Amino acid sequence: MKEHAQKSAEFIRDESRTDWHDEALWFVRSKRDRAAHSIAEWEQLRELASQVKDNVLAHLDQYLEQFEANAQRNGVHVHWAADAAEHNRIVHSILEKHNVQRLVKSKSMLTEECHLNEYLTERGVEVVDTDLGERIIQLKEEPPSHIVMPAIHLKKEEVGELFHQKLHTEKGASDPQYLTEAARQHLRQKFLAAGAAITGVNFAVAETGGVVVCTNEGNADMGVHLAPVQIHCMGIEKIIPRAEHLGIFTRLLARSATGQPITIYTSHYHRPKVNGEMHIVIVDNGRTTQLGRADFRNSLKCIRCGACMNTCPIYRRSGGHSYGYTIPGPIGSILTPGIDLKKYSGLPFASTLCGSCSDVCPVKINIHEQLYRWRQVIVREGHLPPAKRQGMKWAGKVLSNPGWYNSLGKLTRWALRQLPRPFLYNSFNEWGRDRELPQPPRQSFKEWYQNKKTEK
Amino acid sequence: MSKNEILAAIRRNKPTGAVLPSIPTFPEGKASPVVTFITMVETGGGQVIRASGPGALQAAIENRFPDAKRIASPIPGVKSNVALGAIHSPSELEPVDVAVISGRLGVAENGAIWVTEEDCIHRVLPFITQHLFLLLDEAAIVHNMHQAYEQIQVDASGFGLFIAGPSKTADIEQSLVIGAQGARSLTVVLEPPLTSG
Amino acid sequence: MKVGLFIPCYIDQFYPQVGISTLELLEKLGCEVEYPTGQACCGQPMANTGCEEDAVAAYHHFVELFQTYEYIVAPSGSCVYHVRKHYDIIGQTEEVRKVRKNTLDLSEFLLDILKIKSLDSRFPHKVGLHQSCHGLRGLRLGTGSERVLESSSKLDTLLRMVDGLELVELTRADECCGFGGTFAINEPAISAKMGKDRIADHESKGVEVITAGDMSCLMHLEGILRRQNKGMKVKHIAEILNGTQL
Repeated sequence: MKEHAQKSAEFIRDESRTDWHDEALWFVRSKRDRAAHSIAEWEQLRELASQVKDNVLAHLDQYLEQFEANAQRNGVHVHWAADAAEHNRIVHSILEKHNVQRLVKSKSMLTEECHLNEYLTERGVEVVDTDLGERIIQLKEEPPSHIVMPAIHLKKEEVGELFHQKLHTEKGASDPQYLTEAARQHLRQKFLAAGAAITGVNFAVAETGGVVVCTNEGNADMGVHLAPVQIHCMGIEKIIPRAEHLGIFTRLLARSATGQPITIYTSHYHRPKVNGEMHIVIVDNGRTTQLGRADFRNSLKCIRCGACMNTCPIYRRSGGHSYGYTIPGPIGSILTPGIDLKKYSGLPFASTLCGSCSDVCPVKINIHEQLYRWRQVIVREGHLPPAKRQGMKWAGKVLSNPGWYNSLGKLTRWALRQLPRPFLYNSFNEWGRDRELPQPPRQSFKEWYQNKKTEK
Repeated sequence: MSKNEILAAIRRNKPTGAVLPSIPTFPEGKASPVVTFITMVETGGGQVIRASGPGALQAAIENRFPDAKRIASPIPGVKSNVALGAIHSPSELEPVDVAVISGRLGVAENGAIWVTEEDCIHRVLPFITQHLFLLLDEAAIVHNMHQAYEQIQVDASGFGLFIAGPSKTADIEQSLVIGAQGARSLTVVLEPPLTSG
Repeated sequence: MKVGLFIPCYIDQFYPQVGISTLELLEKLGCEVEYPTGQACCGQPMANTGCEEDAVAAYHHFVELFQTYEYIVAPSGSCVYHVRKHYDIIGQTEEVRKVRKNTLDLSEFLLDILKIKSLDSRFPHKVGLHQSCHGLRGLRLGTGSERVLESSSKLDTLLRMVDGLELVELTRADECCGFGGTFAINEPAISAKMGKDRIADHESKGVEVITAGDMSCLMHLEGILRRQNKGMKVKHIAEILNGTQL
């Protein structure tokens, strides 16, 4: 339960690094603001996107069937996976069939969620993540700390040292231009040698049976068009009804994510290339369960833009790794309790409920309201530490009873005035570590008011 | 079978209602779409040249990349020294310095250009080339993505995409670097030129 | 009109001057104000910790106490938001619905109900406005910087009615201060860091006084200011509007 608090306290210990991390993400949030404010109909687009996604959730079965039929008509192999294990097995069997030894991957949070890399590596497949940020953390053997900028937690000097060790760049070199060029040369060789390419999916169009992938680097396309076999892995919620809806989502996605008006490449894959094979793996892995939770199903509307992370004052000051899940930040904090309520019971509390996440969300997910609702579920299921639970029961009694409330208030104020400092400021007082307690007045407002009335 | 299980679970758990909204027509803005388009391409790190006719296009290529050794283009009139029809494996395109490809449609609000497989001959060409030229008819520039998706048919080609600039990344400390895995530069050649200059 | 004055528990106990200013201001503006002395708490501390069921007694008590008033006014966007938003788990009797609908933050009451256009108060200082989140994004007392709408802010509008007051523009217009109720003690490190960062923004603009619609944010910021021995002060907006001097 306290895991996030501990990890964030560790993160904050290096204050200048925390400030650097906070500023880097605030910079992205500011770019997002400028991009959003350049579109007069922004709020209308968010509403439309939200409504389209509501419709998708209400007809998900029909759209998925329609999508499959159209994709098959296009010559695409469609697979269904109930969970991560099945997803990994399916991918591996495709690779085995084509005797693929080397695989390139573009960004896919789904395959991170399924731990596909580990699964394939154990079975002798070389897996290379080709998004620069993903490649950095793969070489560093770390999970991503952000869904759009996976290596946002690393400084260029750290990337320079890593590349020096792994890619033999010059010692001490940390110029991003130089490091990116080194990665380009390294990855070109990987693209040319790959037997298959995997991508995530931003949107799957039911009406046409195609998938859309958005990147800035062009890495998804370098992989997909060079390798004989292409595999696109998608969660069931990636469906949109018609191609015309891409107009709404492509206008929102990049502006929300990085402040760009659109990603550099917005690729629409409908049929396999000449002499190529195209597969789509549709994955549930807990999503249908989330669909059944009326208070939380809305989280399935997420288009993975990362805007809620960039705006979250807590994420910015605690880093993605403090959340302990592939998808961190506010959206991660409402997805994870549905996956493992006990394990992630601290995350809905890693928030001040400030609501900024809900207001930047391009599909209007009520994130902060869901955080509040998850807290209620966590307590109901008995995952609040017993002392805290008991404290709240007691607080509930005192704070609804004016007599007890008045007496306890008076006593507290008296204690705050009378007790010597060491009694008030010690390891039990979490408030007092960095803050002074309020200076208690002799009279409460109520006492003042009652005196005033008797004087009259 | 997992498919049936997944679909059954969806049917059990899905909400009801929620009609699909219709997409309204949004105001187009006062600025000329061509002017906005040029600004957006430049903001995205691309260059825009106005050139009329194959001669001007050829001159623009030679002017910008005088040292290019391998130029690949299916456009008649562009001096291509890579026989795109003779390529068997897309990896053979790795040495291409400059690719010149026709775009179908431009989008003013973001500087994106719709390109299809048929225009590329090989899907990988606009990515694997070191530098990319996209030829676009000025009259084919629309205001926004809604208009773009109205005009194109996304599944008319096995592969189609919007390109909005040179390949880029900001994955190291949010520093923008042009030339990640795809083309290092994008030059958009608009034709015909604006008579108003 | 008869106004029921709702003074949140921590204001009652620690910041009585905020309650006094609210009462005096409303009376100056011609309202008949009553403070039901049976009040305790709106229930938010328990509910925000996930213990909604432990807050139900407080909800019922609140409704019973305030059901007869035409308006219920409080100097706290956060507590008002809680009553309006989260009193949905108890039976929605006519009384409950009436209380939820008519509970207003002071700024809403002044601008939307009393429709005041001017104030007789003077505060010749450089002031930084902290936009408390529940008021801003919960009650929509203003346009958050995230939203693409015509910009407006009730608190800003009110402060501009005060003579001599210079309102500064912050680098981050409406970032959370890090209080967050029990968050402040569950995640003390990050909570304090957020507060320090907010203060630094105000400090860099030469702010003398930080004001807000919620005293809870200010209690947290004041705690940090005092620990760091900074000269900057905090004042609830009701105090400034009522003409309290430094």
